[in-house]
Amino acid sequence: MSWTGKILRVNLSKGTCESEPLNMEWAKQYLGQRGLATKYLVEETDPKVDPLSPGNKMIMATGPLTGTIAPTGGRYSVVTKGALTGAIACSNSGGFFGAELKNAGWDMIIFEGKSDKPVYLNVVNEKAELLDAGHLWGKSVWETEDMIRESGGDNDVRIASIGKAGENQLLLACIVNDKDRAAGRSGVGAVMGSKNLKAVCLRGTLGVKVRDGMEFMQATNAARKILADNAVTGEGLPTYGTQVLMNVINESGALPTRNSGDVQFEGASKIGGEAMHEIRKSDGKANLVSNSACFSCPISCARISQIDPEHFTVKGKPKYQKPSGGLEYESAWSLGAATGVDDLEALTYCNFVCNEQGFDPISFGSTVAAAMEMYESGKITDKETGGIALKFGSTEALVQIIEATAMGEGFGLDIGMGSKRLCDKYDNPEASMTVKGQEFPAYDPRGIQGMGLAYATSNRGACHLRGYTVASEVLGIPEKTDPLVTDGKAGLVKAFQDATAAVDSSGTCVFTTFALTLDDIAPQIAAACEGDWTADKLVEIGERIWNMERQYNLDAGFTGKDDMLPKRLLKDAAKTGPAKGLTSGLDKMLPEYYELRGWSADGVPSDDTKNRLAL
Amino acid sequence: MKIRIKLFASLGKYIPKGTAVGPTGNEADMVAADGATISAIIGRLDLPVEFCHLVLVNGYFIAPSERGGHVLIEGDDLAIWPPVAGG
Repeated sequence: MSWTGKILRVNLSKGTCESEPLNMEWAKQYLGQRGLATKYLVEETDPKVDPLSPGNKMIMATGPLTGTIAPTGGRYSVVTKGALTGAIACSNSGGFFGAELKNAGWDMIIFEGKSDKPVYLNVVNEKAELLDAGHLWGKSVWETEDMIRESGGDNDVRIASIGKAGENQLLLACIVNDKDRAAGRSGVGAVMGSKNLKAVCLRGTLGVKVRDGMEFMQATNAARKILADNAVTGEGLPTYGTQVLMNVINESGALPTRNSGDVQFEGASKIGGEAMHEIRKSDGKANLVSNSACFSCPISCARISQIDPEHFTVKGKPKYQKPSGGLEYESAWSLGAATGVDDLEALTYCNFVCNEQGFDPISFGSTVAAAMEMYESGKITDKETGGIALKFGSTEALVQIIEATAMGEGFGLDIGMGSKRLCDKYDNPEASMTVKGQEFPAYDPRGIQGMGLAYATSNRGACHLRGYTVASEVLGIPEKTDPLVTDGKAGLVKAFQDATAAVDSSGTCVFTTFALTLDDIAPQIAAACEGDWTADKLVEIGERIWNMERQYNLDAGFTGKDDMLPKRLLKDAAKTGPAKGLTSGLDKMLPEYYELRGWSADGVPSDDTKNRLAL
Repeated sequence: MKIRIKLFASLGKYIPKGTAVGPTGNEADMVAADGATISAIIGRLDLPVEFCHLVLVNGYFIAPSERGGHVLIEGDDLAIWPPVAGG
């Protein structure tokens, strides 16, 4: 079977690292990664715990396909109570760290308590120890990886760490692995920082066993062929990355612009995927150097970019002039369209800084956009910003504020609280584009109606990756639906949410679902694991996970009233594009969604629903 | 009549030579015959039909079955992508 059957439990208060068996009954019910780690968190912690207290736990979890040759089988998730949201947090990352964890013989690591001094965890297969990180504290993610690698003498280790943002417990902080892959959302980096845990360094050489090797080869090869033959996963994503969406969403009139004041950005074509391929006049090179792949991934959607060395953001700063992790659609949107900035090189620099010091570009850009709105309306002034003229479209202001945030200085500390707390502090809550305290990603619910419901009901706060109905509503995958109507969207959102919860628990990437269905994924799991694994069972597991997360949030103090969008999206109609004149129809979709979920009119799972799902 | 064509991703190379405008050269103005349909423009540009996956007129999606009968009018924006996705 491809679970290792072992958990590494690290008690940071006591300084202990102990092995314990995986609860296999839970594995059969929750599969792995997102589902299984959430089950452990639910069983072991108080939902009302302060996320930044020693009572909160942080789990790094793999799925059964992590570390195998299954296409995209390199994923891991960080599950904890979110520092940004106070809700369940599950941040998923690629790169090579997850596969290394599995190959070291562990399904997951549970961190509990708090160290009294900075430490990092070093794992070499069965051997795990906590080491002093005093010399690493204050260092960036990039410096930390280099220093650990050099000190250990093994260049093959894989490292996940926090930068200054996590150390400063900024609520936007991520955990970054492999220098530019991140468990990005919900403030999981702040939780890691609160535990004085600087990094996790892994070396795994044990391999991963599967139930039936020949059957597994056949199932994974079949999936690889589908991915290679599909125009999206075989050509579109490798060539243009997620950034190809910039012009699609802008033309569709659903690109949140200037803090959702507009739905189309006049500078979109300057910051999209096509622009990354353009040869610069200044140095004769393109922003995009190459694509890049995570462990066992045939898609290779990641971007490697290099900034024009003469650009003002990097001139005289050699470390930023090297090729590094480039813009994804979400980061290009948040740093660009949300703030009104159309300077591709500056946005790439800001993305590098987010990776270097470990904070989420989606939440950062959205929070800066809210600050810009407040600056322009006079709610905040140079006095609060420390002299940074936070006007929409100002590249200089964006660069100044990201550097302040990265260093934890001045108004950057206010930005680091996230949009909700920032806007509450300055008595302008309507400027915060958040649900459950988490900033929106790059799709305006007025132009893509299903995404409004997906944001409102997402268990980790506003998020596109919990139910990506954009695939259907805009891109026609698996079939085209009308983005401007609310009819049928409750069922669509539920279907995407349940399927995604299962994929997020498998160890593979949700991007495979642009080509694969659960009927293609189930045979891979069935060949890897004992048990009866079918597409129907995966849907059932996904629904179980969704309801478990929902119940955790209710127990933490959230209610159905938190399934709400900002008033702007419900009251102020889109000004241009196909959605001109439309607001979000959340009020039409939400009651139907509750009913389909088997929840009460207040959004509480009924006893029948819980019994049906064995919760 | 004059329309604006926008060909993105791998279709950008089908913009007629010497007509490209915009920061990435993915757009061009085109003079089309009155009554021209989307399919007629796709044919004139020699676009591979199987790669004309996402077709928007002024931002509105036009289904494949409607492209032969959808008549463009002066000032329309016709944007076309091959199969793409992201997130």
